[in-house]
Amino acid sequence: MSGPDVMFPEEQRQISSVCQRLHRDANAKAVLLIGRDGQPIAEAGEVGEIDVTSLSSLTAGNVAATGGISKILREKDFTSQFHEGEKTHVHITLVAGRAILVVLFDERSSLGLVRLRVRKAAEEMARLFEQVAKKAASGTGPSILNEITDADIDKLFND
Amino acid sequence: MSFINYSSREINCKLVYYGPGLGGKTTNLQFIYAKTSPEAKGKMISLATETERTLFFDFLPLSLGEIRGFKTRFHLYTVPGQVFYDASRKLILKGVDGVVFVADSQVERMEANIESMENLRQNLIEQGYNLDKLPFIIQYNKRDLPNIASVAELHGQLNPTNVLEFEARATTGVGVFETLKAIARAVLTELRRGSGG
Repeated sequence: MSGPDVMFPEEQRQISSVCQRLHRDANAKAVLLIGRDGQPIAEAGEVGEIDVTSLSSLTAGNVAATGGISKILREKDFTSQFHEGEKTHVHITLVAGRAILVVLFDERSSLGLVRLRVRKAAEEMARLFEQVAKKAASGTGPSILNEITDADIDKLFND
Repeated sequence: MSFINYSSREINCKLVYYGPGLGGKTTNLQFIYAKTSPEAKGKMISLATETERTLFFDFLPLSLGEIRGFKTRFHLYTVPGQVFYDASRKLILKGVDGVVFVADSQVERMEANIESMENLRQNLIEQGYNLDKLPFIIQYNKRDLPNIASVAELHGQLNPTNVLEFEARATTGVGVFETLKAIARAVLTELRRGSGG
């Protein structure tokens, strides 16, 4: 098994700012970045009324299921998906095989514009994920795991 | 795969409840959901059929408190137990940090338990995992029913590597939190060990 996925504050700031720019440039309602296993990473826009945790888990399940379908069809991963709603539409893209970029938009935008802006944002995010991976591999980032003791874990489970 | 965010100071881990159909995986999550304070849990999602059989997965996000200023969040998933949903089970095992096997103690379900355990081992291999190296707990559920196998028999058939095991009655909650705590603890310990800490 490989080590855990990580995100460091510097890259988190940069990724959040890419999300904010994408939200603005694509005239989107909201932008969410989700780990491939369903953990929320970053968000921008009108997310106040959205259950981000549930949406993240379901989107990751959806992407995993689509990946399963692509395997059966002997196709490479379907890199993007589009769900058309009555008011809100959802565009989903895989970023560097590590994360899922979700754009929620309505009649203020269009699929073409979202696709265009997503492409650029996904490239920037892929670079940032690469940077995180390098930092984690080189051990130059912080590491909470080295600080945790058995006593800390015991304390968590004391009733 | 666990995810550590040094910006939001969170440790996220994925737990999967596995086992034969109608063994009580969803009931485990429902009991945990019912007995956890609102601040510590998110919404429970069940992707189920009209007859309330799990179709894809159940999902329950839980916070278990803080370690050294980091919030520990556990995402609990169940798999669909029915044999023909194997493709879905494989998907849900992706990125798993720890597994709970919920065995059905009824004598007539022994075969189904064995088959599901073998299926778990095989599906993990396909995802690049080895069950013997993964945090893993077995729960013998339905101990309140009349026609059940003894724990020794269940142990003999399902637990050759002597992982931690618990007796449970998930409908009333007996053994449910003990199982959850044990797997969460095992996952955190493994995470720490894997880092060389």
